[in-house]
Amino acid sequence: MAAVVSSRREFLTQAGAAAGGLVLGFWLPEAGARNVAHPHAVPAADVNAFVRIGADGAVTLVVGKSEMGQGVFTGYAQLLAEELEVEWASVSVVSAPAAAPYNVPGLPVQFTGGSTSIASGFQAMREAGAAARTLLVSAAAEKLGVPAAELRAERGSVVHAASGRRVGYGELAARAGQLPPPARVELKPAAEWKLIGRPMPRVDTREKVNGRAGFGLDTRLPGQHYAMVARAPSFGATLASFDPAPARAVPGVVAVFEVPSGVAVVATNTWAARRGRDALAPKWNDGPGAGFSSSKLAAGYAELAQTPGTVARASGDVAAVPAGARRLVADYATPYLAHASMEPLNCLVSVTADGCDVYTGTQMQSPDRDAAAKAAGLPPDRVRIHTTYLGGGFGRRAASSSDFVREAVAVAKGFGGPVMTVWSREDDMHGGWYRPQSHMRLTAALGADGRPVAWTHTQVVQPLLKGTLFAGFGVDPKTGLDATSHEGASELPYAIANVRVDVHDDLKPVPVQWWRSVGHSNTAFAVESFIDECAHAAGRDPLAYRLELLKDSPRHVAALTLAAEKAGWGTPLPKGRARGLAVHASFNSVVAEVAEVSVEDGAPRVHRVVAAIHCGTAVNPNTIAQQLESAVTYGLSAALYGEITLEDGRVQQSNFNDYEVVRHAVAPRVEAHIVPSTDPPTGVGEPGTPPIAPAVANALFALTGTRARRLPLKHTSFAAS
Amino acid sequence: MKLDINGQVHEIDAPGDMPLLWAVRDLVGLTGTKYGCGAGLCGACTVHLDGTATRSCLLPVSAVAGRKITTIEGIGKTPLGKKVQEAWIAEDVPQCGYCQSGQIMSAVALLSTKPAPSDEDINGAMNGNLCRCGTYNRIRKAIHRAAGG
Repeated sequence: MAAVVSSRREFLTQAGAAAGGLVLGFWLPEAGARNVAHPHAVPAADVNAFVRIGADGAVTLVVGKSEMGQGVFTGYAQLLAEELEVEWASVSVVSAPAAAPYNVPGLPVQFTGGSTSIASGFQAMREAGAAARTLLVSAAAEKLGVPAAELRAERGSVVHAASGRRVGYGELAARAGQLPPPARVELKPAAEWKLIGRPMPRVDTREKVNGRAGFGLDTRLPGQHYAMVARAPSFGATLASFDPAPARAVPGVVAVFEVPSGVAVVATNTWAARRGRDALAPKWNDGPGAGFSSSKLAAGYAELAQTPGTVARASGDVAAVPAGARRLVADYATPYLAHASMEPLNCLVSVTADGCDVYTGTQMQSPDRDAAAKAAGLPPDRVRIHTTYLGGGFGRRAASSSDFVREAVAVAKGFGGPVMTVWSREDDMHGGWYRPQSHMRLTAALGADGRPVAWTHTQVVQPLLKGTLFAGFGVDPKTGLDATSHEGASELPYAIANVRVDVHDDLKPVPVQWWRSVGHSNTAFAVESFIDECAHAAGRDPLAYRLELLKDSPRHVAALTLAAEKAGWGTPLPKGRARGLAVHASFNSVVAEVAEVSVEDGAPRVHRVVAAIHCGTAVNPNTIAQQLESAVTYGLSAALYGEITLEDGRVQQSNFNDYEVVRHAVAPRVEAHIVPSTDPPTGVGEPGTPPIAPAVANALFALTGTRARRLPLKHTSFAAS
Repeated sequence: MKLDINGQVHEIDAPGDMPLLWAVRDLVGLTGTKYGCGAGLCGACTVHLDGTATRSCLLPVSAVAGRKITTIEGIGKTPLGKKVQEAWIAEDVPQCGYCQSGQIMSAVALLSTKPAPSDEDINGAMNGNLCRCGTYNRIRKAIHRAAGG
């Protein structure tokens, strides 16, 4: 019953958010998706779509972004609360439904990704907070019978200084929510900020240390069952036949049936669902992925890279190189990568006469709503998306095909009751939607002064956007190229007169998707390794060499200079250690990293990473530091160990034993620094990832003389020095 | 079958080979203990069995009859557990938070046998607890803080 109340409450919330009307807030902590830290115990009213205030003055901020660890609940709360003029301690955050007010400003879609939340919400969320404050002041003016101009808002109240009267927001919220929204609002100057720019502690920490935080997998509805799905063993294979008997024989299994992605086994608990699913031996018809080999793909890509592809950028003439110029050529290769969030995929769906409820950790609320509607055979306005906490996202839960949501709807619809479809770790790792494998061939011609006079970059990679719902966002209609195929390569920041970047965007049957930092995770490895190779070939210090070539890129210079200074670039290290660096711009920010490495038993060991970011106004230095710590560690796992390989159509990795990630004992000390800036905020969640692989590879070259051009680095043997 | 979890006895109906993790999550309804790998590789499912950190994803429920099980929901009731949770808050450790139940359970077990652990001790006790958000540095600081406070 508790969850019914919860879902009714969320339904009212959704209706209220759309209509701006009164909402009665209840909260039962046992119920459903528990992402409200401090629920309203008393009636509450929506002032607007983002601000709900209880009669006791407690403030709930509604955030339309997915909290997947990046700290957006805290950042958005700071932006809203700053202008709303409320005490930080009175604020809690709740996840918004899928609804138009929560779309990315200027786009018809609600999603969390591309490191855009703070950048795109900086103005919009402050305005939303200011609009709510303006309404509360208007309601107070009405109540006190004085002009609004004589009132000011402070710390959760409206104050009439002349008469000494003060009215709490809790008394004003219901009326404020009935007033028409203000035509314009005034925002505070930066000098008056009390929350923006401060390292506010996260709003979600407490419930994440006591087991109360509600992730997708923790959501429960009355009468809920659990499902696992037997999916195709290779990409594109289709179900030929299956015998449900072995699954049905498992105690607890209540239904076995076909769904578009395979065979669903529904049971009273997850363990029974898994045992039932594993007992099935479905027969499959081969599809386009049968026999696929990633090693053969690598060889094919290397071959393709010998000839130029479709030009993405051309400046000057790369053929017009002065006689005597020194030529460098290098080939870099990167593998498919799984996102491998700690929380395997899962999605709880209930389809009833009232509509379809989807409870999951998604980064794609509105596309998932539309996909769920299609799968349920309902209009989109009958689908309610309940976004739980995400046990990591990294791009996998921004599913460009809504694969895990569509499947879960099919399972729930087929079963006829609420079902959570649970993916095992192995299912998650075999499930595709990987960061694409790539091959990059770079050439340079160095002039007499050692600087590059020409630079070419041939990128071979499978495109992410082409053919998806998102093609309109980044496929160049002239060239047909995906921006994500060459981002990080085509905007080469180094001052080189003659540059050509070209792309072979080879299509293969392995489903691919954005993985933290998207195309940059491939291109930065090649670009920042190769510029290092140029510096060494020229006999120059890699820092000084870059700084000379970056004279027109002040943000690169600022980040690089700060990281180098904090890392002690150029100062002596103990024997057996060396430093390497990289700088890369992505998501409108620039991050420089200096890695300090040694070699132990032929394997790289990273001891310390100093990272510096230029991300404009730092809304929360604490969560920005967290994101740098995170992006470095995530990128380091990939640099050292990460790869998904396929042979004979089968993914060869299954779990954390063969898809290794950085652990406590090998995690480097990460030191995060922020370049002071008053520019508008730019991306934070992803830009720390691209520089780490080249920074480490460059450090290993400095230490051992061995240049690693293929990731992961575990394939390269480094001589101990 | 009876399970003694956080000082409360729960009667459950489960096959003996069901891992404790699923009994705790799906049958008892305590969802703070997480599923990450199902193979003892990631530590997200760590609980205490008579005070010892144990991976619940592999442990058959038949093996825990009569033993005292503590989960993240109960650990804060012990002074050490509370101290560790407070240290986690002070260092603002969690990001996505999914692995943190297991991290905290492993850290409390470590501190209960080694009240002032070295970095090497931390590596030894915590290496089986994976975090994809990269909170390792802060976890280390939080363990030292809990030990010092």
